[in-house]
Amino acid sequence: MATSLMIVGVGGQGSLLASKLLGNILTAEGYDVKVSEVHGMSQRGGSVVTYVKYDENKVYSPIVTEGEADYIISFEKLEAARYASFLKKGGKIVVNAQEIDPMPVIIGAAEYPEGILEELKSKDIFVDEIDALSLAEQAGSSKAVNIVLMGRLAKYLGIGYDEWINAIETTVKPKFVELNKKAFELGFNYSK
Amino acid sequence: MNKTKKLMIGNEAVARGLYEGGVNVVSSYPGTPSTEITEFISKYDDVYSEWAPNEKVGMEVAFGASLAGKRSCCCMKHVGLNVAADPLFTLSYTGVTGGLVICVADDPAMHSSQNEQDSRHYAIASKVPMLEPADSSEAYAFAKSAFKLSEEYDTPVLFRMCTRMAHSQSIVEIGERENFEGYKYEKKPWKYIMTPGNAVKRHPYVEERTLKLQQLAENCEYNRVEMGDTKLGIITAGTCYQYIKEVFGDNVSILKIGMINPLPVEMIKDFAQKVDRLVVVEELDPIIETHCNNIGVTVEGKSLFSNIGEFSQQTIKEVLLGEKAESEKADSEIPVRPPVMCSGCPHRGMYYTLAKNKITVLGDIGCYTLGSAPPLNALDSTLCMGASVSGLHGFNKASNNEKNTVCVIGDSTFMHSGVTGLINIAYNMSNSTVIVLDNSITGMTGHQQNPTTGYNIKGDPAGKINLEALCHSIGINRVRVVDPYNLEQCDKVLKEELAADEPSVIISRRPCVLLKYVKHEKPLKVNEEKCKSCKRCLKLGCPSISFKNGKAFIDATQCVGCNVCSQLCPFGAIGKEVQE
Repeated sequence: MATSLMIVGVGGQGSLLASKLLGNILTAEGYDVKVSEVHGMSQRGGSVVTYVKYDENKVYSPIVTEGEADYIISFEKLEAARYASFLKKGGKIVVNAQEIDPMPVIIGAAEYPEGILEELKSKDIFVDEIDALSLAEQAGSSKAVNIVLMGRLAKYLGIGYDEWINAIETTVKPKFVELNKKAFELGFNYSK
Repeated sequence: MNKTKKLMIGNEAVARGLYEGGVNVVSSYPGTPSTEITEFISKYDDVYSEWAPNEKVGMEVAFGASLAGKRSCCCMKHVGLNVAADPLFTLSYTGVTGGLVICVADDPAMHSSQNEQDSRHYAIASKVPMLEPADSSEAYAFAKSAFKLSEEYDTPVLFRMCTRMAHSQSIVEIGERENFEGYKYEKKPWKYIMTPGNAVKRHPYVEERTLKLQQLAENCEYNRVEMGDTKLGIITAGTCYQYIKEVFGDNVSILKIGMINPLPVEMIKDFAQKVDRLVVVEELDPIIETHCNNIGVTVEGKSLFSNIGEFSQQTIKEVLLGEKAESEKADSEIPVRPPVMCSGCPHRGMYYTLAKNKITVLGDIGCYTLGSAPPLNALDSTLCMGASVSGLHGFNKASNNEKNTVCVIGDSTFMHSGVTGLINIAYNMSNSTVIVLDNSITGMTGHQQNPTTGYNIKGDPAGKINLEALCHSIGINRVRVVDPYNLEQCDKVLKEELAADEPSVIISRRPCVLLKYVKHEKPLKVNEEKCKSCKRCLKLGCPSISFKNGKAFIDATQCVGCNVCSQLCPFGAIGKEVQE
């Protein structure tokens, strides 16, 4: 049975680079890999979701459905809650502790639910919350939230630190390699 | 990692296959989810590639290249094939000299489309073979073989992708480009001049070709049987194959179709005899199912599965195994997060002006369709590319020239099919005001160049259509240019043009804020003491502005300092610095 990951967030937060990095490292590790993303309308500040699946045997479906995800990596709290039903029993959510108001909240047509992560935890869902935005700024750019979260995810996946650094070097544009290595390291070494 | 193995999205795999198959000329119009095929091809310097103004032009360019003896391709989304349907149906009669492949990407579930039409109908209606792969590896192999199929059977070949195929990555083992010199041009009027006298002789050829292709379908690299447990047999194609394999593994027998048109007959009959229960799993319309019914094979299909939207492994589990998904979810209501116009989007200022003046607005297809969403609610219609301009003419002809109605259309969409509508406005004289939202790029599909930008697909300088001169030459005397960041100017010009007693064009011009060369200004700040909480700035629907602790708040990480909100604030509370 393939391991299933979902990367969810808000369009423009860099989930495509995160999935590219994951795809590259898993391919380099010799797994069969499928990654599925949706382009177009879902960008422009909308809710975005990318699926990554890998296995030693062949992976068939490129998508993840309800109750199947081993990991959900969420770039924003509300998005973690939106896709929580995709998590399988015993799965883990790694979430950036950032709130980005969607348009219905901005114009007062809806409210951003308070204590949404606590609610998930109360349902016995494993939630690992990390202030990835601060760590990304510490690394040099708020845009590096994606790689900070990959650093945190690396704690769970069992792929070595050096392999990740290699994958960053081959995936990211040369002028952003140092920034992203730093961001990865901060996410990887983060402790509460 | 093996050097020749690469993780590729379906569209990149198609591009690689076409490249290795010897493609020489590619002409396309961008459209999600097909755009990346042409973008990836444009990276090969030994292939001529271009963005055409629309899909019909793209297909006709591909026709010309084929006529000249070279291998050619055009790519489009499903609705683009409607635009190019005219050349398609007669290309079926002329056939090809160099191989010709037409890539069409459907969008089940409408991730980024205005309808979910099933392009397989076009293959049947135009009597053209259609291939459909099920992952990137097949996309690569099928695309590579498509030119030979096209040349051997003297036919264009349709190549169907769907969103999940086009934008899913899987591993592809790539090879080398075939050295294809091209065929020498020969004049063949009987084949290429489709006057009635010639066409009546070509139609029987098309029917004969279909019979030959049916023979091919019985035994070809595209269709295969995978026998497993014979209690259940499934006929399927595309991504649905992956969902079935994921659920059943080898505990099912599968007839996997890669050539959607024409479909095999004996192969299906033979398969049907070997299994106890026969089910067709296909997204959208019952194309395979109808074929089975026509050849006297009893199947279950749309009696079980919907003809709306996408499937998944969960769909298969629910329908064929009766298994529901089990999971926890939050009880709180999760607000939706629709896509929005970006912070600093140049369309926003014009939309605000239109909404403020309560103008009826016929819209078009592009990023600016997002202006239909709250709080702007600025649009009244969106039909298809170009329909805003032609529709406005009809609306005005039907409504006694009250002139409280305009249309909005982007620069790329105007080039695609808006200009013909403007010609109609000038020719048949309606008192219409057309607003061209010129952000100097094709935005929604991810920044492709177009005839107004002055650059070609490779980013090199190219011909640049002057919109003002074009409108003048059509016969529109009143052509105004406004800066959508200047609300006062937008308001003044809009009122003047609506008051004028002749057709006019307003060009709302400012480049897309996401373009690399566009410089962002420092973020704006709200002076909390001056802010009277009137929420007028929130009417812009800018994702940077929210309401926090009873005051307007600007998110400095998103704001690009466009200054549109500061022009709205009656209390001067928004500015570059907090004013003491």
